[in-house]
Amino acid sequence: MFQMQDVSKVFRTEMVETHALRDLSLEVKEGEFVAVTGPSGSGKTTFLNIAGLLEELTGGVYKLDGVDVKALDDNARSKLRNEKIGFVFQSFNLIPDLNLFDNVDVPLRYRGFGRAERRKRIESALERVGLASRVKHYPAELSGGQQQRVAIARAIAGDPKLLLADEPTGNLDSQMAREVMQLLEELNASGTIVIIVTHDPEIAARAQRNVHIVDGVATDLERGPALVKPKAAEAKAS
Amino acid sequence: MIGYYLDLARRSLRRNVALTILMILAIAFGVGASMTTLTVLHVLSADPIPGKSDQLYYVQLDPRPVDGYKEGEEPLYQSTRQDAETLVRAKQAERQVLMTGGGAAIESQQVGVDPFNVEARWASADFFPMFDVPFVAGGPWTAEDDDAKARVVVLAKPLAEKVFGTTDVVGRTIRVESNEMRVVGVTDTWFPTPHFFDLNTGAYGVKELLYAPFSTSRELKFGRNGSMNCWNSHQDPEALGAPCEWIQLWVELSTEAKRADYYEYLTAYSRAEKEAGRYHRPPNVRLRNVMEWLEHNQVVPNDARLQMWISLGFLLVCLINTVGLLLTKFMRRSPEIGVRRALGASKKSIFTQLLVEAGMIGIVGGVLGLLLAWLGLWAVRHQPTPYAALAELDTQMLLATFGLAVITSLLAGVLPAWRGCQVTPALQLKSH
Repeated sequence: MFQMQDVSKVFRTEMVETHALRDLSLEVKEGEFVAVTGPSGSGKTTFLNIAGLLEELTGGVYKLDGVDVKALDDNARSKLRNEKIGFVFQSFNLIPDLNLFDNVDVPLRYRGFGRAERRKRIESALERVGLASRVKHYPAELSGGQQQRVAIARAIAGDPKLLLADEPTGNLDSQMAREVMQLLEELNASGTIVIIVTHDPEIAARAQRNVHIVDGVATDLERGPALVKPKAAEAKAS
Repeated sequence: MIGYYLDLARRSLRRNVALTILMILAIAFGVGASMTTLTVLHVLSADPIPGKSDQLYYVQLDPRPVDGYKEGEEPLYQSTRQDAETLVRAKQAERQVLMTGGGAAIESQQVGVDPFNVEARWASADFFPMFDVPFVAGGPWTAEDDDAKARVVVLAKPLAEKVFGTTDVVGRTIRVESNEMRVVGVTDTWFPTPHFFDLNTGAYGVKELLYAPFSTSRELKFGRNGSMNCWNSHQDPEALGAPCEWIQLWVELSTEAKRADYYEYLTAYSRAEKEAGRYHRPPNVRLRNVMEWLEHNQVVPNDARLQMWISLGFLLVCLINTVGLLLTKFMRRSPEIGVRRALGASKKSIFTQLLVEAGMIGIVGGVLGLLLAWLGLWAVRHQPTPYAALAELDTQMLLATFGLAVITSLLAGVLPAWRGCQVTPALQLKSH
C-alpha cells in the first residue's frame, strides 16, 4: 500500500543545500499503525509532506496504492491525495468560516460526490467522532478536542486508505489527547493505515511500529535498522 | 463545482464587507467612467449608413488656378456648380447626387401656426435612393422633375405633422418661401448621425425637414447654408460658371472595380477640362467613401477622444488597485488555500475558485458601473455640445459595459488567483 524506496528530499537555495531526507525506505501494509518520531528538524514533517503528496521528492521512488507518484502532474496528485489520504494536523486546520458540516464537506466536494452521497458521508463521519448533533456549529464554538475530532471526521469522510497525522494531540490536554488517540486506533482497527508524527513517547508506544528519523535518516525500531538502512550507510558497512 | 465556487465567493465577499465594497466601487467607477466616454465615442464615430457606407463616395476635383499649386495637396473641399451638374448629367456612376444645405420659411396650413423657418436640403433626385431614405408616404421626385425644375417637395415626418397634422399629405401643397409646392413624399424619421453627406452645415444635431430639387431651389432662389469659397470674383457666385465651390457631390459605386473606373473617369474629365482651358492644375482627384470621408474630416471631436483615453487610464488605475486588494485578500487566505490543497484541491481548482470570486466582484461592479455610465451619459446629455442628445447607451454598449466589467475583474483576478494557487500547502499547514 505504502512504499518508499530510497526517497530523498533536498531543499536548495542559492547558498545552501539542505538534505531533509536521505535515502529513506519504508513499506507500510494495510492495517498498520506507525509512529514517526525524532527530534525537531530531523525531517519528520518533510517525510509526512512527501507521504501526503504535499511536496515532491528529490530522489527515489514513492508508490501509493501501487501508483508511482513521481510521474504525476498536479491534477493527478491532487486526485490521488483526495481519494487515498486523510490528514489530521496539530492545529486542526479547520476553515473558520464554515460550519462543521461544510468543513467535513470540503474533501468530498473535490471528490465530485453528489449531494446525497456527501450528506450521508458527512453525517456518518461526524457520528463516528461523536459530533453529529453539532453540524451547524462553527469551529470557534468547539473545544480543541472537539475541533480535532471534526478534523478527523473530515479526514475519514472520503474513506481514505492512509491517514497521516502530524502531532494530532500536540495542542490538546491529556484527556482529550487520549480520546483522539482512541479514535485513531479505532480507525486503524477498521483497516485504515495510520502514520502519526509525534514527539510524545507515550503515543509512540501505542503504535505497532516506530520509525525514528534523525538528520533525514530513518530507522525502523521495530523491525531493525537493516530494513531501512540508508544506501550510504550500507555502502559504508560493506 | 461552479455552484460551490459561487457559494464560497459569496461567503468570502461577505467576510470582509468593507474590502468587498472598495473593490466593487473601484471596478464600478472605472467601468462607469470608461463606458460613458466610450459610448460617446461610439455614437460619434458610428457608421451613419451601415451596409452602404463603402459604396458611397464623396467627389473632389480641383479647378483652381495654378498659382500656389503644390503636388499632392488636397483638392477643393466642395464642387463647383458646373462640375457637379456636368457629372450628374454624365451618369457615369450607378447613382449621383449634387446638393447643398438650405433654409426656407414655411407657411403652415394649420390654424394658429405662424410661419417658421426650417433647415432644408436642395438635392437632385438620386438623393433618396442613394442614401436609403425611408418614406412613410409617397416617394422621391424624379430626374424629370429635376430637369423641369418642378415645384415639388419631400417633407420630413415632423414637418408634415406640424404643417398638416398628418403624414398622409402626398399631393397636397405647401407654401415654401411663398411658393406653392406639391408634396410628393414624406420621409420617416431620418437624421443620420453624423450628418455625413454635408459636414459644412454641422456634423451633429442637424435636422433637415424639407427637401426640394436643387434646380428648383436655384430657380426660386431659395436660401442656402454652408460654406462657399471663390478663387475669382463673379457677379453671381451661385451661377453655373462661377469659380466657386459650394456643392457636395456624391456618387454610388457598388464595387471596387467601379470605384477604380470612376476615379479614372474623373482623372480623364480633369485632364479634358484642363485641355479645354477651364482647369489649370494637373488632375487632382479624390474619391473617398463615407468612413474615409469622416476620418479625413476628423469628425469625432478631439476632446471626446481625449476623455476616452483619460477614462481608460482611470480604469487602469482602478484595475491596479483591484489587483492589489485581491492580492492582499487572497494571500491572507493562504492557510485556507493550504488546507484545501491538502484535502484534494488541485491548483486549477484553487485558481478557478479565486477567479470566480473575482468575477463575482466584476459582475456586481459591472451592474453598478452600468448605473454610473447611465448617470454619466445623462450628464453628457445635459452638456451644451451638439452631440449631447446622442449620448445614449444602446444594446451593443450595454453588453460591452458588462463585458468590460467582467473582463476587467477577471484580469484583475488572474494575477492574485495565480499567486493564490501557487501557495505551498506544506508551509501553510505547519505555520497555521
